[in-house]
Amino acid sequence: MNENISCARKIKDSILKSLVWFSAAIICLLLAGMICFILVKGLGHISWKFLSSKTSLLNGTVGILPNLLNTLYIIIITLLIVLPLGVGSAVYLNEYAKNKKAVRLIELATETLAGIPSIIYGLVGMLIFVQFCSLGTSLVAGAFTLVIMTLPTIIRTTQESLKTVPDSYREGSLGLGAGKSYMIRTAVLPSAIDGIVTGCILSVGRIVGESAALLFTAGMANEILNPAQAVSKGGAGSTLTVSMYMYAKERGDFDTAFAIAAILLILTLLLNISAKSAAKLLKRGDNK
Amino acid sequence: MKSETIPAVHIQQKPLRRNFSAEIFEKIMRVLFSVCGFIAVGFVVVITIFLIISGVPAIKEIGLTEFLFGTKWLPTADTPKYGIMPFVLSSVYGTFGAILIGVPLGILCAVFLTKISGKRIGGAVSGAVNLMAGIPSVVYGLVGMIVIVPTVRENFGLPDGANLFSAILVLAVMILPSVISVSETALNAVPKEFEEASLALGATKTETIFKVTIPAAKSGILAAVVLGVGRAIGEAMAVMMVSGNVANMPKIFGSVRFLTTAVASEMSYSSGLQRQALFSIALVLFIFIMVINLVLNLVIKREKK
Repeated sequence: MNENISCARKIKDSILKSLVWFSAAIICLLLAGMICFILVKGLGHISWKFLSSKTSLLNGTVGILPNLLNTLYIIIITLLIVLPLGVGSAVYLNEYAKNKKAVRLIELATETLAGIPSIIYGLVGMLIFVQFCSLGTSLVAGAFTLVIMTLPTIIRTTQESLKTVPDSYREGSLGLGAGKSYMIRTAVLPSAIDGIVTGCILSVGRIVGESAALLFTAGMANEILNPAQAVSKGGAGSTLTVSMYMYAKERGDFDTAFAIAAILLILTLLLNISAKSAAKLLKRGDNK
Repeated sequence: MKSETIPAVHIQQKPLRRNFSAEIFEKIMRVLFSVCGFIAVGFVVVITIFLIISGVPAIKEIGLTEFLFGTKWLPTADTPKYGIMPFVLSSVYGTFGAILIGVPLGILCAVFLTKISGKRIGGAVSGAVNLMAGIPSVVYGLVGMIVIVPTVRENFGLPDGANLFSAILVLAVMILPSVISVSETALNAVPKEFEEASLALGATKTETIFKVTIPAAKSGILAAVVLGVGRAIGEAMAVMMVSGNVANMPKIFGSVRFLTTAVASEMSYSSGLQRQALFSIALVLFIFIMVINLVLNLVIKREKK
């Protein structure tokens, strides 16, 4: 059949086809090159001391333990708040809401939140939590800001998962005499656990990668905080990304910046893999 | 199963009546879930109110036309000038450039993923795209700073490589994942019959893709473009690291400052009217984003029809 096609068409065809292959290849090469570059430049500077101490100008040593801890604190505080809110919101949308307009309004708001750039979150977080609620520049203020930011992710993944829970589960539960909230707690939510966990992992990914929203809310300090200090008013500190920005842009210490970038890259990779496998492992019916 | 075999014992004689406390509990839960449901709306309202309250005073003091169309940003001069035209134009040009490079690349990659690649190669590429979406923006900024900026400087013989062009390159890469994933969905949604009809009429596979599938998916692809615009215009940290960060009117090889980076770079030390003007810049950016969201919604709605 191909012999019947004119030469011009054949050439055009192969040009377009090679363009498609070329663009896919260029994207992969770009990513592979970037990953190799960061790992080669960064891994050499990662040592146990680098991970387990804090930066000391006096001794001239560099360590990122405070930043690791701060990242962890912010993840925990944010998830503790955003999980009930997001899951509750998804449950409302899927199980309670009957008014179509209300659902549309909430979905519109969620989409809007998802589209707002992080620098605006940073600014608004500073206005609301740091100044208006007078929390000061602190991890808590940063975490509150991230709660607003990650809310759409949790709502969306939970809602999608809730939609796939078969109605027979609900009917069965209600038929056995369970109240609505009991049904949601024992029959609906456990079946939607895959979406909730995926949402959590995606949110952790966003929190780990976030910098602009934390710059003015969580501060730039590099001191080790214990958990009690972390949740107190003045407990300010920079996460990995913020500290990386500071090392690269303000201090010009690119070795440390690349080391942190390598750590961030590895974290991103791990989170990506775990999000995928969590969705697979926890999906209903796979363990039959 | 025959209905006679169900034992009658289980059928309650009395009408179902839950006890009082259980009913109250249900009501409380209902209210709690409703509150959670509307919290997203609340957040949007609060964000809007705070941005308007803190953004409007400076605009009033400076004057709307001077603020929006003034070409000089000199907040610390003796006679301070607060014109944000350089930022607006830089943001617009930067976004436009990023779209110009990123969108064709992204659409072609989406074509590759949905129509051409086999399962294994396609899986690998889409894994790579997912990973790309997760990489923090500061990491893109760092690589841009170390790789792109010096390359641009040497290849074009410039004194400094941190300029609009570098920012465009970094942004083009950063919008790829969203452009690819949305176009992928759009391409997958095109009915198989369209392609089959085209193939049956003698078009080659590639011709079918470019003359039938892509035109049929155009509103979905438009959504991808709009999403890319939103991503590019809102990016702050990566741009800050590669754009040079000087408040010039945009030139392709000149150091520029975007709306986002204008807010980020001066916020830590500014005060008084300058600080308020930064809030106004954020308000302008917010309006940009809201308009983009609105367009996106319209596009998606049209696609659903």
